[in-house]
Amino acid sequence: MTNNKARLILKDGTIFAGLAAGSQTSVAGEVVFTTGMVGYDQSLTDPSYSGQILVFTYPLIGNWGVPPQEFWESEKIHVSGVVISDLTTNPSHWQSQKSLNQWLQEENIPAIVGIDTRKLTQKLREKGVMLGKIVVGDQDVKLYDPNAENLVERVSPKEVVIHRPKLEVGSEKNLTSHLKNPASHLSHRTSPKVGLLNCGAKRNILRNLRARGATVYELPWNFDPFPESNTPGVGSDPLGVSRKIKIDGLMISNGPGDPKMAKESIAIIKKALKAKIPTFGICLGNQLLALAAGGDTYKLKFGHRAQNQPTIEVGKERCYITTQNHGFAVDEKRMPDGFRRWFTNANDNTNEGIIHQKLPFFSVQFHPEASPGPTDTEFLFDYFLNKVKKRAA
Amino acid sequence: MTNLKIKKVLLLGSGALKIGQAGEFDYSGSQAIKALKEESIEVILINPNIATIQTSEGFATRVYFLPLEPYFVEEVIRKEKPNGILLSFGGQTALNCGLALAKNGTLAKYQVRVLGTPIPAIEKTEDRQLFADSLIRIGLLVPTSKAVRNLAGARKVAQSIGYPLMVRSGFSLGGQDSGVARGWQELSEIAKKALAKSPQILIEKYLGGWKEVEYEVVRDSFDNCIAVCNMENIDPMGIHTGESIVVAPSQTLNNFEYHSLREVAIKVIRHLGIVGECNIQFALNPRPLAAESANNSPINQLDYRIIEVNARLSRSSALASKATGYPLAYVAAKLALGYSLTELKNAVTQKTIACFEPALDYLALKIPRWDLGKFIKSENQIGSSMQSVGEVMALGRKFEEALQKAVRMLDIGFEGILDEKAPGLVYSKPTPWRLFAIAKSVKGGTSVAKIHKQTGIDPFFIEKIKNLVQMEEKIKKTGQNLTTELLRGAKEYGFSDARIAKLIKSKEETVTKKREAWGIVPSVKQIDTLAAEYPAETNYLYLTYNGEGDDIDNRKSKVKVESQSQIKNQKDFSLHTLTPHSNDRKVIVLGSGPYRIGSSVEFDWCCVTCAQTISQNGFASIIINCNPETVSTDYDMAQKLYFEELTAETVMEIYKKERASCVIISMGGQTPNNLATKLEAAGAKILGTSTKSIDTAEDRSKFSRLCDELKIAQPIWAKFENIDEAVGFAEKIKYPVLIRPSYVLSGTAMNVAFTSKDLREYLELASKVSREYPVVISKFHQDAKELEIDAVAERGNIICSTITEHVENAGVHSGDSTVLLPPQKLYLATVKQAETIAQKIAKTLQISGPFNIQFLATDNNILVIECNLRASRSFPFVSKVTGVNFAKIATEAILGKKIKPVAANNISYVGVKSPQFSFSRIKGADPILRVEMASTGEVACFGHDVYEAFLKSLIASGVSLPQKSVFVSLAGEENKVKFLEAARTLSNIGLKIYATEGTSKFLRGHLIEANKLHKIHENKKPNILSYLNDKKIDLVINIFDPYFKKEFDDDYLIRRATIDFGIPLLTNLQTAELFVKALAKKQLADLKTLPWDAYVTPQN
Repeated sequence: MTNNKARLILKDGTIFAGLAAGSQTSVAGEVVFTTGMVGYDQSLTDPSYSGQILVFTYPLIGNWGVPPQEFWESEKIHVSGVVISDLTTNPSHWQSQKSLNQWLQEENIPAIVGIDTRKLTQKLREKGVMLGKIVVGDQDVKLYDPNAENLVERVSPKEVVIHRPKLEVGSEKNLTSHLKNPASHLSHRTSPKVGLLNCGAKRNILRNLRARGATVYELPWNFDPFPESNTPGVGSDPLGVSRKIKIDGLMISNGPGDPKMAKESIAIIKKALKAKIPTFGICLGNQLLALAAGGDTYKLKFGHRAQNQPTIEVGKERCYITTQNHGFAVDEKRMPDGFRRWFTNANDNTNEGIIHQKLPFFSVQFHPEASPGPTDTEFLFDYFLNKVKKRAA
Repeated sequence: MTNLKIKKVLLLGSGALKIGQAGEFDYSGSQAIKALKEESIEVILINPNIATIQTSEGFATRVYFLPLEPYFVEEVIRKEKPNGILLSFGGQTALNCGLALAKNGTLAKYQVRVLGTPIPAIEKTEDRQLFADSLIRIGLLVPTSKAVRNLAGARKVAQSIGYPLMVRSGFSLGGQDSGVARGWQELSEIAKKALAKSPQILIEKYLGGWKEVEYEVVRDSFDNCIAVCNMENIDPMGIHTGESIVVAPSQTLNNFEYHSLREVAIKVIRHLGIVGECNIQFALNPRPLAAESANNSPINQLDYRIIEVNARLSRSSALASKATGYPLAYVAAKLALGYSLTELKNAVTQKTIACFEPALDYLALKIPRWDLGKFIKSENQIGSSMQSVGEVMALGRKFEEALQKAVRMLDIGFEGILDEKAPGLVYSKPTPWRLFAIAKSVKGGTSVAKIHKQTGIDPFFIEKIKNLVQMEEKIKKTGQNLTTELLRGAKEYGFSDARIAKLIKSKEETVTKKREAWGIVPSVKQIDTLAAEYPAETNYLYLTYNGEGDDIDNRKSKVKVESQSQIKNQKDFSLHTLTPHSNDRKVIVLGSGPYRIGSSVEFDWCCVTCAQTISQNGFASIIINCNPETVSTDYDMAQKLYFEELTAETVMEIYKKERASCVIISMGGQTPNNLATKLEAAGAKILGTSTKSIDTAEDRSKFSRLCDELKIAQPIWAKFENIDEAVGFAEKIKYPVLIRPSYVLSGTAMNVAFTSKDLREYLELASKVSREYPVVISKFHQDAKELEIDAVAERGNIICSTITEHVENAGVHSGDSTVLLPPQKLYLATVKQAETIAQKIAKTLQISGPFNIQFLATDNNILVIECNLRASRSFPFVSKVTGVNFAKIATEAILGKKIKPVAANNISYVGVKSPQFSFSRIKGADPILRVEMASTGEVACFGHDVYEAFLKSLIASGVSLPQKSVFVSLAGEENKVKFLEAARTLSNIGLKIYATEGTSKFLRGHLIEANKLHKIHENKKPNILSYLNDKKIDLVINIFDPYFKKEFDDDYLIRRATIDFGIPLLTNLQTAELFVKALAKKQLADLKTLPWDAYVTPQN
């Protein structure tokens, strides 16, 4: 940490003065908060936070340092900036390879520390999420609205990757390989094949699918895996690999920004629905599924970003504690045809998931893959894979 | 919705406070009562702990002050016919009692349904083997252990369990011949040695140095589960969690560890089928890779063991409730009635539901409070069994801040963790002072790595201590040139103004002024359970210097005043400028701080009653306290709760933030009382008796002078000038003499000296305890009776008063005495004299509020020995026995309300209060009664005569009535003669008497049959030890003179063995005599099971 002064300036003019940490550069974005007490390493690498300045409401951040990349939720830090009350400079954990401050420096991400994050959170709660910027010293930057951009495109991979099932724990590096030499993987005939439409997927979705025996085709947000319907203009498939892929189920990942920006993803999902293949959406995937099925979405005042959200399964006595990270929601007033609400937020009654009454289409607004957060709803992956296996068989 | 048709519920309390089971159960029981009464369910409460809030008027529907023994509980069930019973709100006492009632068929017989966690689930958690087997079956990890009989067996077991291993000898006490083996070499050496003495050894996985983590988990009958809180013990495995410094939430567990353990915890609660709350303790391997060195692939591994599950509310759950704001006990009670978690509201936000897991935006730190110094011969070491008597919890937004706050909250005179007064013990051994020893070593240059290696404490925490060391050095270096930045930094790290002043060689007031001038003031933050995600109306608050603004605006917000209708006339309040009806009239009540010997739940009762009375009279009450085991720190007891330090600096900050009108310091015992002068000097208005009068009463020397002026007799006294003069004085008035420092509670450093050598020794000790105040030496009267007056005065006129009599003669601290109300053996003249004296003192000191005076009575002479102008330990006892609420009247007197005098001495039954000791918990402590207090709690029962009430209360304190035999050891000729009649009675009622050589000879000489047993050191059979071990003795009566040191050692061994074998022990002649008399007059069936209201009609 340096003694450089930094300021967090919100769109409404509010200024919080603190010290600069991480990269000594100014940055602008949408200021959001998360109330999770653990998992800053997972949150920072969650692509859904792309374009956002993340405020941690828990004051002590950085306690267990930074684990090896295998434990991140993507290959890099995705938030634009970080706001911390008390940054831990001497972390302690057997997996720690560096301090959070070092990591932020390496990844060129600025942070502001030593400010009253509770007061800031109250502000964001009252006024809704706001644009803002971290200004280090005098190097001012313009405000920037990430939601005006197609963030999904920014964080989605550029090419297809195949992941073989990984039923046992072990290093995953040698199990992934690029599609340029796909033959070796297609021998997994017994393994159900899931297409993971990666709109900014957290890696734990992949881990969950593979741990359940799925072969996962990780697809770019605009990659069309349904070659029989070769609509021009949708998908990017220079190698024509889509013809070699036959998926038994489609997983729509989480991701950043306004779902309506990801038009090509929506078109691909429409095809999946038409083909009646089992489709499971998470977070952004919930919104995309709703849009593809004819529903609508809207922006919440300040979203849900926490690990303690009570989520009720509609029609049952059961309540799960879930991780959430979303600023948009499915509009229940315009429920797509054939769908019903599946889960609902017990606190504010917003939509937490939709399910088709007959067909295997369903999605949730929360994160069954957790990481960070409680693992209560991990069983949804089983639910999905059972449907996929049925189709595969 | 609940579908149970429950109309009447029996709630079992936890009885007296003792080590390991303290005030937290008053809190959980009170919450359960609230939860049930909201459902219009009648609540029948059995709890002999008369000092609790749950046994007060307005809580349970009916209260029985009876022992928590199956016999009495069955009697109550027979009478009350409840259709449900709650077992999990009264600690282990209630749980054990409930299990016994289930086992002997009582619950089935009377069709009493166990609400909440079913009996088989409880049984599974109580039986180690059942518990382990059951969890292993579902694939969870518990510590593995196996017994072996030879070396080959040891090798085999070692291979299957894996090193390091803990080797324990099968049949030895106190951990003899046990040790840690890290390889076969070590194992074979230890095993050989142990097997030479013992036929079998126990080999188990050694978890020393593993992290210890706890989860508080809740489950409803629909199988919804939540983990409300996790907590990390800073002291690793090996130190009992009650002895550990604990932080919530965990600080060094990453997401994978936190949530994997949470997942296991939920599996456990589901598997066991708990309905309500349980506490799960884990050991977590901090370096799981080291255990699997062969495979270094960086994968997530969770190496944990489930250590224990408590299927009931616990000390940890009370801590978790206070740390998070989540009312665990209240919710558990609702779930026991069949509610679902989703049907219950989050009581803090009122907007969200109870089925969630609190998100904290602060941390909570608990430090235990020990009083090992109060026990003769106790070892100054902590370990795997609990010895602490209380705890504090500090809230902060930096670890450093919370840590330093907690240290000051302990009320042991330290300003922070680097306070020079902390004893400089080695840190490698766990002692109550280890935290301070670590800080000292860090300051001395010892590396974090080395301390971590020797203590197992995670470097994260030691680094935080290092931050504090560095900050101190910075401040010291800056000296008088303190900058705004540095001062702010110091305050963010929790340094007090006093500590900063000391470091820069300045005065506290100077630092405070500078700080205020620079605008460095704390922020008021709410405990809102959701980290500000949703707006919350909560009044549960704390202060932090790591904030930039208050959550509540005191200029705008108006405090809700509960019952304005009760105020009939403003003219009721004449004395002070306080006016009810105006919303900004806020009265701060200071709590009692951590429980300790001499100050516990009785003062919490006083504070809660005070706060309630304030509200009832139309004012707004604000409680400040820092003890998570209390009811006063429940946020619905007052209009506002500050979970904060009881130091002048903090109280003043709150006073100013709140723009409070005044502070009440006389209801929380000695801790707030000691703040009176300082608060007043800082500008606070102290309500009630003036601080000048308080000082006159507290300063022994000033008080004695006052007595002389008023011609009130007192033991001859003199103020200590120097040791030689003191010795000269003692020789003049003749030994024994009593040494008392001023401003102390429960007789700290009070001693009786019989020789000049004793006197010199004790004076040195007294000067160590309290340097600032004088020490007084007075004549010690050995055969005098003790009595007390508890009273309330208003502007010098007594409004109510009552006199109690001690069973034990002078020399036993009043807190350790058996107290009788009304007095049984006092002359009317004596009572009249005491009342006259009390009236004189009240008038002279213009007392407005509570006070207590202790007297000695010899023949017809009455001497004053002590006067406290505050609520006393016996306030709840006298209030509940007489039906006159002294704390309520005292509060009204303090508020300046005009009150008519109330008669509080016209009762036709007897209340007896007995002390509860926890000697069994304090390793090696000599279980004797002295002028320094040793009891940890108390019980009180009612009866139609003193014998009935006394027997009940003695049973309630754990003394079971002897069925067959009594061991008697009477030291000295005088004690033998005095006890002779009682011994004859014992023999006459058919009890077999065993005795030591001298005593048995004496008894036989007086034609009382007595069987001789050899002393322990004689190494001959039959000896007392083997008889105790074989449970051939039901009761030990060992009368001796604590101040004569001969024969001490053998008597000590007998007493200690008695305690260690869990056999009742009486060491005081008067108590033993009364007990024998009562035994002769009453049998169990004569002890009536009547409710409180059968004896007492509340008068206000």
